[in-house]
Amino acid sequence: MAAAATESHQFAPPKVLTYNPATTPPLLISQGAEGRLYKTTHLSADRPCALKYRPPKLWRHPILDARLTKTRMGGEAKVLERCYRAGVPVPALYAMDLAAGWMMIEWIHGMPVRQAINEWLGERPETILDPADQVDETPLVELMKRIGTVLGSLHRTGVVHGDLTTSNMMLKEKESKGNDKSEAGSKKYALEGDVVLIDFGLATQSLADEDRAVDLYVLERAFASTHPRAEKLFTHVLEAYRVAFKKAPSVLAKLEDVRMRGRKRSMVG
Amino acid sequence: MAATTPPAKRRIALGCEGSANKLGIGIIAHDDDGSEAIVLSNVRHTFVSPPGTGFLPKDTAQHHRAFFVRVAKQALADAGVPIVDINCICYTKGPGMGGPLTSVAIAARTLSLLWGKELVGVNHCVGHIEMGRAITGATNPVVLYVSGGNTQVIAYAEQRYRIFGETLDIAVGNCLDRFARTLEISNDPAPGYNIEQLAKKGGRVLLELPYAVKGMDCSFSGILARADDLAAAMKAGELGSDGEPFTPADLCFSLQETIFAMLVEITERAMAHVGSSQVLIVGGVGCNERLQEMMGGMAAERGGSVYATDERFCIDNGIMIAHAGLLAYETGFRTPLEESTCTQRFRTDEVFVKWRK
Repeated sequence: MAAAATESHQFAPPKVLTYNPATTPPLLISQGAEGRLYKTTHLSADRPCALKYRPPKLWRHPILDARLTKTRMGGEAKVLERCYRAGVPVPALYAMDLAAGWMMIEWIHGMPVRQAINEWLGERPETILDPADQVDETPLVELMKRIGTVLGSLHRTGVVHGDLTTSNMMLKEKESKGNDKSEAGSKKYALEGDVVLIDFGLATQSLADEDRAVDLYVLERAFASTHPRAEKLFTHVLEAYRVAFKKAPSVLAKLEDVRMRGRKRSMVG
Repeated sequence: MAATTPPAKRRIALGCEGSANKLGIGIIAHDDDGSEAIVLSNVRHTFVSPPGTGFLPKDTAQHHRAFFVRVAKQALADAGVPIVDINCICYTKGPGMGGPLTSVAIAARTLSLLWGKELVGVNHCVGHIEMGRAITGATNPVVLYVSGGNTQVIAYAEQRYRIFGETLDIAVGNCLDRFARTLEISNDPAPGYNIEQLAKKGGRVLLELPYAVKGMDCSFSGILARADDLAAAMKAGELGSDGEPFTPADLCFSLQETIFAMLVEITERAMAHVGSSQVLIVGGVGCNERLQEMMGGMAAERGGSVYATDERFCIDNGIMIAHAGLLAYETGFRTPLEESTCTQRFRTDEVFVKWRK
């Protein structure tokens, strides 16, 4: 209680991390509206893992708060497990405590796809996508195709992500020898590696074309606003998705409807 | 200091609001350098329907027609300004209920022709936001606009109030109003107010209701349906999940805790998204002290603060229309008589906000 008035209580780690068998202290990676992400070697010293923690929201009724944390984190864990078993590239789930609001998952060595694309584009002239330009965009096209294939396998499994952006995809280093920071070694191969989907906090299990199409639409919009220079390469994602997923044609037809519809209706009163 | 300012340099607007069951007329003055808005008068008359019923457009429009002259005369008398000093007549162009909007638009046109003043059509939602900013001094907050007809999370960017999240079906105030009807609670002074008072007596149990948040959007119709079911079960003498009987107070408490948690959650997500720590609550539901308390807790966790106003400015009123209209008027905006229509659908982000940087 005494600490509640200070800034520091926001950063107090969850209780489980106060006992740390490894030598390295937990590292706070990010703090969003939903919760915090730590990097820790809690399980074993040579195996870093990501700890997702949803601290209790004190302004919410405690019963409601506990219920929401439990169902949301439980749902996320279920989806992760389902994907993992079906061979969709997602982090493995190591441990969780729903009552305490945390889960430990595999640490993916690498960088977010968003960052990889921006670094790659940053090294190339502005006119990269000018048809007259001779810059070889093959690595980026190949990455787009890998993303489309992964999304196909995700939807085939009966899962929609709910918040697809290039920030929620990791580009896993080809040869991860357990070393911490990945500065992507040689920049020449910056776009190589497997695409791994992360952050399933808004994911649901669904087989509906509508939900799948909205999933793709969200990514399309996010991609256009995050990487405007590479916007037109997005078609490669959809092409690979079509090849990888048998039911893609009806999803892509639905995607046309979703695009036309936009998201917002006019408000009455 | 103000004594040296000649009154003629002030700009004065009369605002007419009647998009729902409140008829409000207010007169506002902006001082010479535009730094301060001075409320000269703020008169309101509310159409209250009997318990168990809502206000119908036809009856509400009739109420507004019947009371307009009386309310306008009172507003002028309170303000004590001669008609010649008034620069413009502002009215609610929308959104709102068609009948009541039309009645007030006709009355505003009449004043415009009678006195030879220019008209300014105002978006009701922008009126709420600008009045909230002026009263609280919040400079660039994330705005939660919650009323009987609207539920939106808004942030300003590049000359527009952008909608980040909103209800996908009914407004939060509509959910509360209709639940008050189910319980046959009085609509005087407002159904939401009476639910709030009743909820203060609850708290023994939290009855389980759906929780419907999708990203920065939310939905209330399913919650209302479930709350209605529980109310019917209560009347039939059924027991709660803990084997104890529950009361209307328990229902009101549970409904408030659930829907306000949803509102605070979507507001928090928007604040994280745009990187703001200020939050402003406007609209009739914004009067609710439990909502303000929860929002304050969330804002404090993020190192920020909540700004809210009292019932004079939260609940629909004429002064907010006068204020937002005068801001537009000062940038040269006018609504010619032949375009002085009103509309039930008028989104917040359709307004070009020329008066902000």
